[in-house]
Amino acid sequence: MTSTAQLTRDPAPLPPATPGPNPVARAIAAVFKRRETSIIIAILVVIAAATIVNDQFLVSKDGFRNLLLNPSIYILLSVGVAMVIITRSVDLSVSSTLGLTAYLTGRLFIDFPGIPIVAVFIAGIIAGGLLGLVNGALVAYARVPAMVITLGTMYAYRGINVAWAGSNRINPQDMPKEFTSLGTAQILSIPVLTIIAVVVVILLAWYMKNTRGGREFYALGSDPEAAQLYGLNVVKRNLIAFVLCGALAGLAGVLYAARYGTIDSAAGYGVELTAIGGAVIGGVAISGGVGTLWGAAFGAILLLTIKSALPVLGVQDFWQQAVVGVLIIGAIVLDRVLALRQHKKLITTKGASS
Amino acid sequence: MTTIWASAKANSRTKTYKDYAKPLWQRTLMTTESAVILGLILVVAYASIAVNNFASDITLYYLLRDITPILIIALPMTLIILTGDIDLSVASILALSSVTFGMMVQGGWPVPLAIIGTLVVGLVCGAINGFLVTVVGLPSLAVTIGTMAAFRGIAQGLLGTTAITTFPEEWTNLTSMKIGSTGIPVLSILVLVLIIVFAVIMHFTPFGRGIFAIGLSKEAAEFSGVNVQRTKMILFLLAGLLSALAGIYLTLKTSTARAENGTGLELTVIAAVLLGGVSIFGGKGAMHGVIAGVFLIGTIESALRLANVTSDVSRIIVGTLLVLSVISPSILAWIRGRRRPASTPGTQTQAFLAKS
Repeated sequence: MTSTAQLTRDPAPLPPATPGPNPVARAIAAVFKRRETSIIIAILVVIAAATIVNDQFLVSKDGFRNLLLNPSIYILLSVGVAMVIITRSVDLSVSSTLGLTAYLTGRLFIDFPGIPIVAVFIAGIIAGGLLGLVNGALVAYARVPAMVITLGTMYAYRGINVAWAGSNRINPQDMPKEFTSLGTAQILSIPVLTIIAVVVVILLAWYMKNTRGGREFYALGSDPEAAQLYGLNVVKRNLIAFVLCGALAGLAGVLYAARYGTIDSAAGYGVELTAIGGAVIGGVAISGGVGTLWGAAFGAILLLTIKSALPVLGVQDFWQQAVVGVLIIGAIVLDRVLALRQHKKLITTKGASS
Repeated sequence: MTTIWASAKANSRTKTYKDYAKPLWQRTLMTTESAVILGLILVVAYASIAVNNFASDITLYYLLRDITPILIIALPMTLIILTGDIDLSVASILALSSVTFGMMVQGGWPVPLAIIGTLVVGLVCGAINGFLVTVVGLPSLAVTIGTMAAFRGIAQGLLGTTAITTFPEEWTNLTSMKIGSTGIPVLSILVLVLIIVFAVIMHFTPFGRGIFAIGLSKEAAEFSGVNVQRTKMILFLLAGLLSALAGIYLTLKTSTARAENGTGLELTVIAAVLLGGVSIFGGKGAMHGVIAGVFLIGTIESALRLANVTSDVSRIIVGTLLVLSVISPSILAWIRGRRRPASTPGTQTQAFLAKS
């Protein structure tokens, strides 16, 4: 389903086996068949359920803002990981990259008083990109599964972070007010962090959908051998995917510092599960080549919305990670079932035409 | 290349495959496993000289107690990685087992019954992984990332941030009992039995050969009569069972059942297995290498701890060792490729194919 939409690149899917009654109905059916639509519906259902139980969840000023604000950091992570997964790799080290850049952000403000905020953003993105480059270079040149490499770097980066930060903690008052207020600032009642996340997603989604480079990610993920034979620069694609993913995690780290203000060496511990979970739930197949960045972003929003809805719905938030796990498993099972159905359909249509 | 083949043909005696094999001493000593064992010996030797109090039976005792969970889980993990799969959920199964074990004991179950109940929990976890991998046909990486979150999440949901710390003393004492006056814990005998059982299964049974075959080529293994699905199912069940066993051990050793037990243990286990010379692509590896790998990591950690180096540094070292151990074959191939490009197996096959 999602795969056909991806491969043809155009919003209308392949001619269906049985033509629908009219183009409008077909277009509506196509919209409803998309993974993004079902995720958005799921988000709305969760919000509605939580709002019915407690109307503070959506209606109050804080409620609405938190619904937009909480996912924005995770959107960046999920979208970054999604790009790596589309090339048939995976990046488990985003959580450690986020932790390192968040601490770096705080340190920059402490060590260089008066440093411009833009410079800190750039430093965070570059630092994240460099960590991503290390991952990418190891994966691309050593031709080793990314999972093992990034499992190693995840612990190595976190170890560096702990060794660097020790038991130090950076507090909101260590950072300039203009920076920490970014975490809650709003333009037209939309949080700035959300705007940053949305802009990044729009840019990258456009890149993935419409440019040659973006399509090469999909080609590489669908069939690495074919991509290589075709003459795609596999090493370059791998490097770019990991650098982008690392840079996004770096940006997320800076935003994390702005949002939470308090940073210790455990910042962002374990968020790689939410990041990968968001991408997988949003329809990015872990076997590569399938999925959209929008789907990944909505998947992250769904996870975070569920997380904030659980206490409202009377479930202890200890159960949150179990929900994440079950959703990940559910999503990959769903992808598998859909792929099998698609496969069967292709065989039957082929049999009928010949 | 052609000249070699031509001279081989010119020889009156046709060369057999044995003529292309390396000498026995090279085959036994020039292996990754031997390199790991050598590394282990060097680390032990260096630590005994350089680190105060390292060469003592107390150190041995703590080392053996600390690596027992890693050692137990590394056994099934080795087999799973040999088939080309992976199980990231072992540490979460350990945590869930620890929590359920604690709750059973707290709920008044006699300990032996609680142990059996916990092993069943581990088997169920393994069965879920195995079902999703074999019956539904999903990649094990995706499945176990999901169950890694799910099992740990259930453990957290069941116990929250609280911990169960009351266990019958005669059982917690069992983990600290030593054999006579040596520094060897009594339970190490049990671990040794497990290692022997797994080594025999892996190297000396048709089932074990099937595991290697699956890792080399799933299709070929299937054609040769290996029941791939059943084998994988058994391996995931074993991983669940032994992770639960490690969970019980850890709970009794620390007298604490917590949802955070064993956080990050999957990394240490996978690092040890890969360090021990098991190929992440499957089909290559040996049990003595894995055991040496576990001991190597355990020794480094305990030596660093004795030398008052913080555990963060050992985390960096373990992470780096993991990365190095998986990229070292590529680096070696690259160096060899630079030096003698003509002698790589690939070109030999090509030359052979071009001739025939």
